[in-house]
Amino acid sequence: MDETRIAQILSRYEGDPADLIPVLQDIQDEYNHLPKDELKVVSRRLNLPLTQVFGVATFYKMFSLLPKGKHQVKVCLGTTCHLKGGPRLVDSVSSRIGCELGYTSKDGQFSLETVGCLGSCAQAPVMMIGDKYFARVTVDKVPKVLKPYQK
Amino acid sequence: MPRFESVDHLTEYRRQLKARLDPNQLQVLVCAGPGCLPLGSEELAQAFQEALAEKGLDGKVALKATGCHGLCAHGVRVLIRPREIAYERVTLADVPEIVEATLVNGQPVERLMQRDPTSGALCPCKADLPFYQAQQPLVLRKLDLIDPESLDDYLAVGGYRTLRKVLFKMTPDDVIDAVEQSGLRGRGGAGFLTGRKWRICREAEGDVRFIISNGDEGDPGAFMDRAVMEGDPHSVIEGMIVGGYAIGARQGYIYVRHEYPLAVKRLRLAIEQAREAGFLGANILRSGFNFDIKIAQGSGAFVCGEETALISSIEGHIGEPQPRPPYPAQAGLFGLPTIINNVETWANIPEIINMGPQWYAAMGTENSKGTKVFSLVGSVNHTGLVEVPMGTTLRQIIYDLGGGIPDGRPFKAVQTGGPSGGCIPAQFLDLPVDYDSLQQVGSIMGSGGMIVMDDTSCMVDVSRYFIGFLYDESCGKCTPCREGLKQLKHFYEEITQGRGEEAHLDLMEELCQAMAGASICGLGQSAVNPVLSTLKYFRHEYEAHIRDKKCPALVCRPLLTYTVDPETCTGCLACVRECPVAAISGKKKEAQEIDQELCIKCGLCFESCQFDAVRRE
Ligand SMILES: Cc1cc2nc3c(=O)[nH]c(=O)nc-3n(C[C@H](O)[C@H](O)[C@H](O)COP(=O)(O)O)c2cc1C
Repeated sequence: MDETRIAQILSRYEGDPADLIPVLQDIQDEYNHLPKDELKVVSRRLNLPLTQVFGVATFYKMFSLLPKGKHQVKVCLGTTCHLKGGPRLVDSVSSRIGCELGYTSKDGQFSLETVGCLGSCAQAPVMMIGDKYFARVTVDKVPKVLKPYQK
Repeated sequence: MPRFESVDHLTEYRRQLKARLDPNQLQVLVCAGPGCLPLGSEELAQAFQEALAEKGLDGKVALKATGCHGLCAHGVRVLIRPREIAYERVTLADVPEIVEATLVNGQPVERLMQRDPTSGALCPCKADLPFYQAQQPLVLRKLDLIDPESLDDYLAVGGYRTLRKVLFKMTPDDVIDAVEQSGLRGRGGAGFLTGRKWRICREAEGDVRFIISNGDEGDPGAFMDRAVMEGDPHSVIEGMIVGGYAIGARQGYIYVRHEYPLAVKRLRLAIEQAREAGFLGANILRSGFNFDIKIAQGSGAFVCGEETALISSIEGHIGEPQPRPPYPAQAGLFGLPTIINNVETWANIPEIINMGPQWYAAMGTENSKGTKVFSLVGSVNHTGLVEVPMGTTLRQIIYDLGGGIPDGRPFKAVQTGGPSGGCIPAQFLDLPVDYDSLQQVGSIMGSGGMIVMDDTSCMVDVSRYFIGFLYDESCGKCTPCREGLKQLKHFYEEITQGRGEEAHLDLMEELCQAMAGASICGLGQSAVNPVLSTLKYFRHEYEAHIRDKKCPALVCRPLLTYTVDPETCTGCLACVRECPVAAISGKKKEAQEIDQELCIKCGLCFESCQFDAVRRE
């Protein structure tokens, strides 16, 4: 474990128990997951039982105990996207990046998840790769969308 | 930006700011709202910048990437001021022509002008389109006027004027009286009277109080709060400072879901700007009032939109709701009196105080005052954000503003209120929309999502979708919600896979009664609305699934059959490549065949066929 890296994250906070979620969010953003040893440090430094730290880490969808892929694919399954073919989009993306829903591909390139709603309902079905949005992704557009991300 | 040390200082600065503005200056306003952003607004704004520089116009023409212009369906939208020329579906390729024709030579580009899709008539200016004519924007008013990252822009349209009025001309009780008299009800779902909530909080014991803005916006199909946070963040902040003054809070929080990274960025920037200008922090405008705002980010849990769960989450716990009472107004964040209001509620506050409660209360219906923003999506021509007075009928919203259903298909239902709402059938199209009327027909206002459905939507599937969503999102704390949703989900699986029985329908209704009465929070209590409303108005669709093992709208996968029409099939093999289970076979350039044993009915062949040769029955 890189002590300085985690210490650096913790140094942004005063060490209140209420800092738990922001700290975990920073770790998730920087490490792409929540490593176990780091969680133990968080528990000591915020003076919180490890059960609470793990409770929070496993309750919220944003957190992952396993590393996520280099490119995080989020397919929207909001109501409008559901009606406009979101579930078929999930299947198509999943088979093309070789990665089951909720998992990371073997080469670590992609992880695939669905989200409740991305708020771009007018362009349904919508998906995101990293911070970039893709509009009206019907199944036939999937190869073109994925291409720049595939090596 | 200076730090404003007095009211006069602010007034003088605003005067100078306005004097510098040239009303005839050409402005290019590129919509970068939630709908246009995925279509490439950022790249488009960049292209405008380059094209303007090339023509030596960069000093003369003001270019802004703004918040949502409303009509998402025709994005990317570009507005040219002061002539208000509205262009739609603008792409990178159109930029040189717009710059040359409109900005250099003053000529409109006809092929890009907005058109009324119903009549096909050209509507050169923004206000010519019926979509905009029927609206009364209050919360959305500034979205296509200002650069959301510029405090000067907000000040130029009168921003922080209300703050000045409140701090120096009104007592906290005056503010609460005004909000109470306006009749404003919370825009986050339950529609509780905002003024009354504030008064309860002000009267609660203790010295420390908190203000929270709920920007969790978890309802799928709703994006009004996102549009406001991204497009006009200072309105939310100004509203919160006013609220802080009214109840005597020194600290506020804005809780934003992490799925909205741009909203977080814009709010952070706006908070910094407001601090720098002296609108936040110690001794605001030398009034003696102290108030600051922090951002708390959600971590992906729908239930955290519920106020007590949200508070638990800010405190660093898992997002489990608590039984009420006590209400947050009495014992909220860290056990202290807390006002929690929705983002849109806060954004209404500055204008209500500024224009006066009577002005506000003159809009709307008897018990639902003011205007409401709706996200109009689904099977409707003009998908987008609309703001209308309460009491506007569903028909006006869907047909007059929304331009009706695409491809001339019949209207089937409109779903309001997100997963806690219901599906409203055609017989209620003339219903004036307000909190009470929606409840009477078995739905709710919720946060204002309006999803229009035509005959290609299966109401059993829609309800199954919401139950699946809520099952995933239930925190699992109370039994009626956790187990009830599990059972409902099971019934829906049985019915949509052709194993349903008529007795299931009665059991579902009975289960719903128990959940509505016994769940701790609104998630479980109102989870029954999608089920009960579809059972009531669309029972025949359930019966078709159960008796005939058919899905009339051709949606429920296991009840469908896919075949290839040998006459139309060109043998291009697109479907063969798409099929995940290799169920399609045949020679190249010859008709293909689907093996019904292997077929998993995913529909990818149907979607990928360019020749409509795959049949779905
Ligand atoms: C399951 C559930 C989810 C909710 N989600 C939200 C939400 O995303 N945004 C919101 O403002 N209110 C949401 N609410 C309502 C809040 O509990 C609360 O009533 C609201 O924030 C109060 O603000 P208002 O009076 O301005 O509406 C939700 C309620 C429930 C039961």
